[in-house]
Parts: sequence; structure tokens; C-alpha cells
Amino acid sequence: MSGAPDPEALARVVAATVGDGSVVDLRRLSGGASRETWSFDFVDAGGARRGFVLRRDPGEHVGDSDRSTEYQLIRVAAAAGVAVPRVLALLRPEDGLGRGFVMDRIEGETIPRRILRDDAYAEARPRLAAQCGEIAARIHAIAPSSLPALPGLDAAAQIDQYRTLIDTFGEPHPAFELGLRWLAERVPPPPARPELVHGDFRNGNFIVGPDGIRAVLDWELAHVGDPIEDLGWLCVKSWRFGVADRLVGGFGSVPELLAAYEGAGGRTVDEATLRFWVGLGTLKWGVICIGQAFTHLNGLVRSVELATLGRRVAETEWDLLQILDGGW
Amino acid sequence: MTQDRPTAAELVRAVREFLEGDVMAATEGRVQFHTRVAVNALGMIERELTVGPGLVAAERERAAAILGPDISGHEDDARELEIALAAAIRNGSLDDRLDAVRDHVRATVREKLLVANPGYLPPDPSA
Repeated sequence: MSGAPDPEALARVVAATVGDGSVVDLRRLSGGASRETWSFDFVDAGGARRGFVLRRDPGEHVGDSDRSTEYQLIRVAAAAGVAVPRVLALLRPEDGLGRGFVMDRIEGETIPRRILRDDAYAEARPRLAAQCGEIAARIHAIAPSSLPALPGLDAAAQIDQYRTLIDTFGEPHPAFELGLRWLAERVPPPPARPELVHGDFRNGNFIVGPDGIRAVLDWELAHVGDPIEDLGWLCVKSWRFGVADRLVGGFGSVPELLAAYEGAGGRTVDEATLRFWVGLGTLKWGVICIGQAFTHLNGLVRSVELATLGRRVAETEWDLLQILDGGW
Repeated sequence: MTQDRPTAAELVRAVREFLEGDVMAATEGRVQFHTRVAVNALGMIERELTVGPGLVAAERERAAAILGPDISGHEDDARELEIALAAAIRNGSLDDRLDAVRDHVRATVREKLLVANPGYLPPDPSA
């Protein structure tokens, strides 16, 4: 798909669920280099407005991403009491809008620097770490039997995956080699029963209001594996957006997160296990940054933003070395 | 051939200042965001042009000292040395001097950040 979605086609998709009306104020939301996100209002016959979001694959399809899995997963999460946007409709080929789905637009902020700095969220911030713990516990408690087919990805498989990716890029990163050795020596025992892992559970994927977290977004990297991965990823330094001393998303502390996680039924997490997953998450983000730079360098998507991510890899190398040295 | 002033770094700076001033003021949303990204990229180039050569020489010297006789023929190429170092860390052949390797790698990453994003580094205690 290129260009804006056809408002009339979009109106037909929404009307099938909520009755006749028209699409207004269609605009692309910033962010989301890998997915297109469009916001629009739907005005029904009586003049009432409701906000929606269209999330779809951009351009030519790259990889084997599957919006229908994400759509189903959000429905399962909603049924389990996880705060997510209500999904309205999965796009069908005959809709002519590409691959994606329509969901409710939830008002609030997703931009991490605003969440961490704006006065509007001053009262919410001290509560966010505990909310993350509660939400994560709820996600991890979802019965695997209720899930759509998801890839299995445990710690050892991820280490192998990132080592292979690093070799594919052919760029030497001695810090990552030190990290891979360190991680391989510390692989935690896999959970007795693999659980749902959100896969991108971090500041930037939460809709936050003055009352706290209203919804968890971006379920496209969900898999089954070790749920502590989500907690480690949440604490990766890149997701603290400059508030480095608040280990959890730049807004809270590890004890707050873990106490709430346990209190809501999550398992007890020791520091060494969390450190392993923060380390693996840091390496993962570094490898993703290399990949994004090569998406540009290989000509797949030319973008100054993707190009400069190649030079942010050094930040993740620095962070990883800190973790190896016992820091956070 | 020596080029006339402005030097490459001065020319990059001129472009950066133009983007930072006129273009930022005249744009919004995605274009303004990408302008900020471009400004940052030009800042990297300026630093690479000015402090880069000295950093590469220091890195090469340190890497050669650690790799010692394990290197063959690419003493002059910092990238080749990094490739050799990465391979040696992976295959375990430097395990008898891992502390020195870690110190070197930390110093090298620090040098990369001096170009890519100096603000990311904690204040240098020796400075």
C-alpha cells in the first residue's frame, strides 16, 4: 500500500460494525517505522464522532508479519483483562486497504519523553512501574492454549539468533562478542511451561494518561518463551529515554516492578535473572539498530533516521558493557 | 590537492546550521523530526572529521598490543583489527587476557561515542 488509505473504503469497514457514517480527519501518526498507523474519526448518521486507528503493513510486504495474529492476540489479551485498545475489524483483501486492522483510538500519550517529563503525567509516573508489573503478570498468565499460533523463542534460541544476525551483517562488534559469551554462560533455566511474552513491553508502547497506563500496544513481536524477557526489556537503558537512574522505563524502580509483578501472580525474579534479560535485551536492541541501518544501506528503505541508527549501536555496546561490569 | 576553505568540517557545519535554523523553523511533524535527525548526523560527521583520525590511531595501537602475534598483515587497518578481535573473543583464543580485552573494548566504544553521541558518556574523571 502506498499513500493514504481510501476514506470511503475505511468507512465501509467501520460501518459494517457500527452502522453508516463517514471518515474524517484521517492522518498518519508519527512513529512506527515498520507499521503504518493512521488515526481517523468516524461520524455516524446522528453526527456522533468516535476515534479509531488503522494499523497496517506499509509498502511491499517485508518478511512474514501477520496482522491477523496480532489482531487475535489483542482480543485474547482483552478477554484476559489486559488493558488494550478494543479491536474492531480485521481487514479483508476485498476491503482494498492492505493488511491490517482497525481498533479504537485511546486518548493519551505514547511519546516516552513527554510521559517522563510533562506535568500532565506527574501523578501517574510514580505508579507506572507497579502498573507494568501488574499488566505483565496478567499477560503472562494467559493460557497458552487460548493463543493464536506464535513462534517459540527461548533465551538460548535468541542468543543463537542474534549471533547469526551479527554474522549476517558482517560488521565487527567486539563488545557484542563479549556480551554473547557472557550471556551464553548465564542462560536461566527455561520455565517449566512456556508463557506468552509480549515481546516489546516498554515505555513507548504504552498509552499513558494522567491516571496511568491505559493500553499496551504493539503486539507484533509476541511469542512464547520465558516471560521474564518482558521485564528485562522494560529495563533496557535505551527505554529509559534519558532518565537512566529510574531503571524501569525511566519512571520507576525494579523493586516496585517486581513487587507488583509477584503481587499479581507473577513469579519471583532474582537479580541475576533480571540482569541476564536486561543484557540480552540490550544486545537485541543493538542488533536491531544494526539491522535498521542496513535496511537503509541495502536500499530497502532509504531513510536518514534508519541510517543514523547505525551510529546508535555504540550506545547499546556501552550499556551492555556496563551490565557485564555489574551496573545497570 | 588542497581544497579552499571552508574545510569539509566547516562546510558540514554550515549545512547543519542551516537545517538547525531555517529548516527547523519552517517545518513541523515528520519532516521536522527528520531534520533534527539530519542535524545530529551532520554533527557526527563534523566530529568524525575533527577527532576521528586521532581516535582511530589510538584504537589501532591498543588492538595490536592485545592481539600481539595473532594479527597478521592488518596492523594498519582498524576495521580489520576489530574483525580479528571479535573473532578471537568468540573462539576463546584471548581468554587468557580477557581483562585487557574488556578494557580495550570499553575504550573503543567510548571513542565511538565521542563521535556518535558524546553526551551519552558519563563525565570523564580524568578530564
